[in-house]
Amino acid sequence: MIMPLINGLKITLKHMFMKPVTLQYPDERPTPSPNFRGLHALKVSHSKAKCVCCYLCPTVCPAKCITVEAGEDQDHNKYAERYEIDMLRCIFCGYCVEACPVDALKMTGEFELANYKREDFVFVKERLLEK
Amino acid sequence: MGYEILGLPMAYYIAMVLKVLVVFVFVLLTVAYSTYAERKIIGHMQVRLGPMRTGWHGLLQPIADGVKLFFKEEIIPSKADKFAFLIAPLIALVPAFIGFAVIPFGETIEVGGYKIPLQIAAYYDTASGQVVDLNVGVLYILALASIGVYGIVLAGWSSNSKYSLLGGLRSSAQMISYELAAGLAIISVFMLSESLSLQKIVADQANGAWYAFKQPLAFILFFICSIAEINRTPFDLPEAETELVSGFCTEYSSMKYAMFFMAEYANMVTVCAVTTTLFLGGWHGPGFLPGWFWFVAKVYFLIFTCMWIRATYPRYRYDQLMRLGWKVFLPLTLINIVVTGIIVSL
Repeated sequence: MIMPLINGLKITLKHMFMKPVTLQYPDERPTPSPNFRGLHALKVSHSKAKCVCCYLCPTVCPAKCITVEAGEDQDHNKYAERYEIDMLRCIFCGYCVEACPVDALKMTGEFELANYKREDFVFVKERLLEK
Repeated sequence: MGYEILGLPMAYYIAMVLKVLVVFVFVLLTVAYSTYAERKIIGHMQVRLGPMRTGWHGLLQPIADGVKLFFKEEIIPSKADKFAFLIAPLIALVPAFIGFAVIPFGETIEVGGYKIPLQIAAYYDTASGQVVDLNVGVLYILALASIGVYGIVLAGWSSNSKYSLLGGLRSSAQMISYELAAGLAIISVFMLSESLSLQKIVADQANGAWYAFKQPLAFILFFICSIAEINRTPFDLPEAETELVSGFCTEYSSMKYAMFFMAEYANMVTVCAVTTTLFLGGWHGPGFLPGWFWFVAKVYFLIFTCMWIRATYPRYRYDQLMRLGWKVFLPLTLINIVVTGIIVSL
């Protein structure tokens, strides 16, 4: 009857000398794991977005948050004239990344997505392009 | 030094006032910083950091809390009994502090040829060359502990709220049942010291072994009962948040709430000081450091133990609490008294 109580005290005492797991958030920031699903980014190749505007991502998106409109460039290639993701609707499932046949989309470790205006949550193509 | 008031030299009164001031300020600071220590210690035991933002490592947290509570709006429920509602926090707070009057916290010091015992309610009798203190010191402490219950019961009743009333009732039932066991645990100390004077009890332990070693069962029972009496975890049923909102202080706000909060921590400090005096040899310790240092060190260790216990154990259920008090602790203390009596008389 007494030993479990003493063991409990031992455990708490041991934990007191462990390194706290707390991150002092604005000063210390976590490093997200490589497969963390944060803000999307459109991959860039030859200074152009790799997206070929196949519409697979808006099709697979369960939250219906992706809007894509196709355009034609001077080489008669299809490209995404408009590519928008509504971050208020996005559930960060990553299906769009999985669906992409040309590996044009990825998800970054960016997780601080707070904003002041509703319009600011709609990320247009320029904001989504890989930095 | 020439003046005399009521047959006692002026220095007696000056020393008395100084002792009261020093002890009061020290206890007040300890109370303030034990709230900080509690948050830090429990934080680290849960592998967190605790307060870190106010001042270096959160050191200004108690001051920030105090200022915040001070500027909060004072709310008195319209159906409350005003007088009882206002006086209840005072009844809870004052006994918690004045218990310190009889606790010896250091050896007799000599200032300007005048001997001052480091105990508020005591003086050095030059005629007999002995320190005279309240000869019923322990009874005084037990009496004050009982008065503290009134504050909580009155707070619960006068708030005119069901949560407060239930909290107050629980608290009174709990305090009364555990006071009994705590009192009986102290009796076995009296049987060894043959005195109720705390000076005598401390001196007795200095000559022999600490009573914690002579009476280990009484020591543990007294400490546990004291924790129950001051309503701390694992016996914090009166303020069980999950069922009673905040118990007896649900309707209190601002400074009056702060008073209950301070009373709780002051009670903890007092109880730890009493336990130190009765069982851990009071201010006695290795001679290379002054007596008051050892006293403070022992008290702080016991306070740490209280916090350690709080970080470790879950809360008792009400029927378990009553069973523990009446069916386990009470018989154990009685057996302890019988065994002590047999050994003393042999």
